[in-house]
Amino acid sequence: MDKKLTIALSKGRILKETLPLLAYAGIELRDDLATSRKLIFDTNRDDVKLLIIRASDVPVYVDYGAADVGVSGKDVLMEYGGEGIYEPLDLEIAKCRLMLAGPVDGIHAQGRLRIATKYVKTAKRYFAAKSEQVEMIKLYGSMELAPLVGLADAIVDVVDTGNTLVANDLKPYEHIADISSRLIVNKASMKMKHAVVKGFVDKIEEAVAQRKK
Amino acid sequence: MNEGLKPDSGRWLLPEGIEEVLPSQARYLEKVRQELFQLFDGWGYDLVIPPLVEFLDSLLVGTGNDLELQTFKLTDQLSGRLMGVRADITPQIARIEAHHLKNQGPTRLCYIGEVLRTRSDGFGRNRSPLQVGAELYGHSGIESDFEVLQLMVESLSITGITNTHVDLGHVAVFRLLADAAALDESQEQTLFSALQRKAKPEIEEFLDQFVLDQSLHKMLSGLADLNGSEGVLSVARELFKGAPEGVLKALDELQWLADAMKDLYPALPLYFDLAELRGYKYQTGVVFAAFVPGHGQEVARGGRYDGIGQSFGRARPATGFSLDLKTVVGLLTAVPVEKLAAIFAPCSSDPELTKLVNQLRQQGNRVLNELPGQKIDFVEFGCNQILENKNGRWKVSKLPN
Repeated sequence: MDKKLTIALSKGRILKETLPLLAYAGIELRDDLATSRKLIFDTNRDDVKLLIIRASDVPVYVDYGAADVGVSGKDVLMEYGGEGIYEPLDLEIAKCRLMLAGPVDGIHAQGRLRIATKYVKTAKRYFAAKSEQVEMIKLYGSMELAPLVGLADAIVDVVDTGNTLVANDLKPYEHIADISSRLIVNKASMKMKHAVVKGFVDKIEEAVAQRKK
Repeated sequence: MNEGLKPDSGRWLLPEGIEEVLPSQARYLEKVRQELFQLFDGWGYDLVIPPLVEFLDSLLVGTGNDLELQTFKLTDQLSGRLMGVRADITPQIARIEAHHLKNQGPTRLCYIGEVLRTRSDGFGRNRSPLQVGAELYGHSGIESDFEVLQLMVESLSITGITNTHVDLGHVAVFRLLADAAALDESQEQTLFSALQRKAKPEIEEFLDQFVLDQSLHKMLSGLADLNGSEGVLSVARELFKGAPEGVLKALDELQWLADAMKDLYPALPLYFDLAELRGYKYQTGVVFAAFVPGHGQEVARGGRYDGIGQSFGRARPATGFSLDLKTVVGLLTAVPVEKLAAIFAPCSSDPELTKLVNQLRQQGNRVLNELPGQKIDFVEFGCNQILENKNGRWKVSKLPN
């Protein structure tokens, strides 16, 4: 019976802040992340492997069962949608806010509001809940640019310190959701490798509680 | 214009999620289909063949919004009414049972047929599953759920799948607790969605806001953790002390089912999840599903759905299961290939040859006639023998490999 555990993580802040939690669970990376160009990383435990992938791909890997568990931002999960993945634990890392932001002198739309965002589904849901019909412009990065060059009237994006907004003469207007990273679990893995997966989830939960002290 | 494209490019392309089964798999699939039919037949299940399209309202009875979104619709030019291509066969079976059969005792029905879905809900992104299933009407006890569950396990074993894991749950637990907490429809939906994702932070936040009764709060919040081996049933019994009566009855049913399954299949891994609410909209009791390692989603599912026949004038207890034969056969890493033996019959007008060929076919041999002027490639035809005329007599002889 396959009792191996595959963990999907994304590079950057999530990875950096997840490693201490993994260390608490007795899992440490063997390879040097900074120099390695590998995508699958070995750990000190033979039965645990790490996949380092793009943030928006993490739910996909976990949904399809290519990884048993993963760490994914709530923003990515909201956009991914559906009920196909378990998300039992708030890791309380990589915290930020999903916000509607626009030019400092106000959001002025002629007709329908044009929103530039990479969170198209989430933004659509948000405005639909406010009974507002808006036009979405899907972008993959540097959302802040869109209002400056007249591509959009406002943006929906995650905001951490707000410095990028300020630097581009933008400011936040509405708070859409609080974001933090979640531990996510493939449904079939939870069922078929229950002892391994549940053991891991419990250990990480303990690590999160420990860190708060 | 892409100049590299030939005029016929892409004409072979099928719509997304629409699949065909080619000879290498089709033969095996058909064999499995026949064996499944024999299995159902042996248990007394009668085959029914419902139509591909029906009026939309009868197709969607008692199934909720999900199935409506899944159904392709077209207008009937004769009646002007809206028809749907079936996205699930179970409601059709319910209609047949309630309207046509009117048996007083238990009714056992099975079916196999292709369904069409606007959106895939499965792992293979397949929108045209080949649905096989069995339904048992007219008995409300756990014993009939057990019978259907056995059929599900036996069916998977016929398809060649090993390592099946069975997941057991009971939707009455959540339903009764939600009722007791007097949640309205949209609140129930919110909690349901969070539970489906076992999103504990969201569940807690919701309960703090909407469920003020301390003991119900504790029960609903514990639900997301009630999964794992059989031990969770006793944990649940402890947690649900003082819960509505039906909740404990649901636990009894699960325990009964667990014991019965363990006796029958000691090696089969069982998993329990009291927050698993698959098909919550129409399921009413025990729900179960089968999983196999390496596949992120269930390969077969079933459970109790009492009362679905009500809209057809006859509400009867019902339980059943179904699976997608294409997915299941597609999961086998290597479809067992029968070494096909075929005999090649050369062109000849000799009546002796015709007689012999007919004889050979009646004995179950596969005999390919040569067509005049054809190209001959025995490997391509899968022929390992040939009919040869030796001294005026036709004989089967081996072809060199």
